[in-house]
Amino acid sequence: MTRTGPTRTATSRLLLAAAALAGLFASLAPAAAETLILSLSTHRVSITSTYTGSSIVVFGAIERDERTVARAAPYDVVITVRGPRRTTIVREKERVGPLWLNTSQRRFVDLPTYLAVLSSRPIDEIAGGAFLTRYRLGLGMQITTPGMEHLTSEEPFREALLRLKNDQRLFAEEPRGVTFLTPSIFRAPITLPAVAPTGNYDVEVALFVDGAQLARQTTNFEVVKTGFEQATVTLAHDHAIFYGLGVVTMAVLFGWLATIIFRRD
Amino acid sequence: MHIYLPIAEMSVNMFTLLAMGAAVGFISGMFGVGGGFLMTPLLIFLGIPPAIAVATQASQITASSVTGALGYWRRKALDFKLGGVLVAGGFVGTLLGVWFFNVMSRLGQLEFVIVVSYVTLFGIIGSLMLAESLKTMWATRRGVVPLSRRSGEHPWYLGLPWKMRFHRSKLYGSVIPIVTLAMLIGFAGAVLGIGGGFILVPALIYLFRIPAAVVVGTSLFQILFTMMAATLLHAFTNQSVDVVLAMLLIIGGVMGAQFGARAGQNLKGESFRLLLAILVLGVGIRFAIDLVVRPQEPFSLVTVGARP
Repeated sequence: MTRTGPTRTATSRLLLAAAALAGLFASLAPAAAETLILSLSTHRVSITSTYTGSSIVVFGAIERDERTVARAAPYDVVITVRGPRRTTIVREKERVGPLWLNTSQRRFVDLPTYLAVLSSRPIDEIAGGAFLTRYRLGLGMQITTPGMEHLTSEEPFREALLRLKNDQRLFAEEPRGVTFLTPSIFRAPITLPAVAPTGNYDVEVALFVDGAQLARQTTNFEVVKTGFEQATVTLAHDHAIFYGLGVVTMAVLFGWLATIIFRRD
Repeated sequence: MHIYLPIAEMSVNMFTLLAMGAAVGFISGMFGVGGGFLMTPLLIFLGIPPAIAVATQASQITASSVTGALGYWRRKALDFKLGGVLVAGGFVGTLLGVWFFNVMSRLGQLEFVIVVSYVTLFGIIGSLMLAESLKTMWATRRGVVPLSRRSGEHPWYLGLPWKMRFHRSKLYGSVIPIVTLAMLIGFAGAVLGIGGGFILVPALIYLFRIPAAVVVGTSLFQILFTMMAATLLHAFTNQSVDVVLAMLLIIGGVMGAQFGARAGQNLKGESFRLLLAILVLGVGIRFAIDLVVRPQEPFSLVTVGARP
């Protein structure tokens, strides 16, 4: 059992990241506006047989120099995490005679399978409605096709999508998910449930002051199956006939063993 | 303790699955049936995708029927000739069943097909079994000995061409109805993740008058081979067999079946059939409720697209 693994590495990485960031502060060339410097606790989440989900920590530093204007208001940070894109179909059951059947559906093409929006305070406090649309901030914005925001027939399906994905913990909105350690260094934990699919995840961090965007920076991590899990999937997909024969042989062997172990005559 | 299912791509509690396997194994050992008709629905209710539940369950039934068939073979209660004919029909049915399964899966209608089939098939078979066992119980309680048909009487379908003689099963007649029955069972097995023993055994007894002594062993023989074929075909064509899930179900099932078999010995024939009938009908009704009652959540999600 290595369940404590992610948290322990997370703390040690925090120290490392902080040290690295401190170094960067000293060495970087002067710049007019703030720059974002990001670091993830890991760039690779491995799925093993005891995998029950994972947690990744985003560390960030806001770099300023002598020429950067003094800000009256505190910084705000919004982090958007997007998992691999697939098409998701939302189906609705309706009454047909005595039965409840799937009657209508909407396709959400190339929708991120995982979405998390973390911010230092509620998004609508950070920026106004027009800004939310302009910078495509918030969970609702991520699943809306531009120009389709006012299509009312889509609305129940969009709501259902948000609700169901929320239940599976595949969509998450954390209005206080970003914590500032100092006025210019922040951290944010991203929680991945076990059902989060394998693939590449983009992490986009945006910096705001007084509702205006100052900087935007992206990084990424990947979720991969390793060892036995990866070998099983490869075998099942690329050598399906051997995989099938293997499973059948195992089943027959277990069945036969049972007659020997539990023989009663 | 949680374990990750590599094909289902989800994390499940290992002990829940082992306990489920043991409980179903207990019932299957008690009634001498494969237990697929309970296990597959349970897996679906647990949140395992139906395609993976059905395909993986085929391997669990393989294991439990190996144990059963070997036991009957040792006691010489198995008709290989009849079993061979059943297997031939079963293979054709399995082939068609897996093809149908894949087509429905592509059309996105698999779940609906599975639910409707469970409702109709289990409703009909369960009601028939219930009516039959209640009638027998009623008759024995009033002291009436049920009339057994004389051996000279022959149902019409045994008079069809391609006649064969099965010594052990005391049967002489056309293989057409036998092969047809085996095909239907193979088809249902591949689509629904059931062995079909609870349909095959009464069918062989009532439709073909096979002696009770060889009927269970012979049906297990057929189920073993059709389920082996189903496992292989599912693994080959839709990659839905999850080996970790299969292993957990098999281990739980093997354990449970041993205790179930012991419990079954103290059960009277009639009450035995009545209980099985109620169980089958219960599964059918459980699925029917899903179809009829207003769902708490009318929306559902499906993610499509290639896996990496």
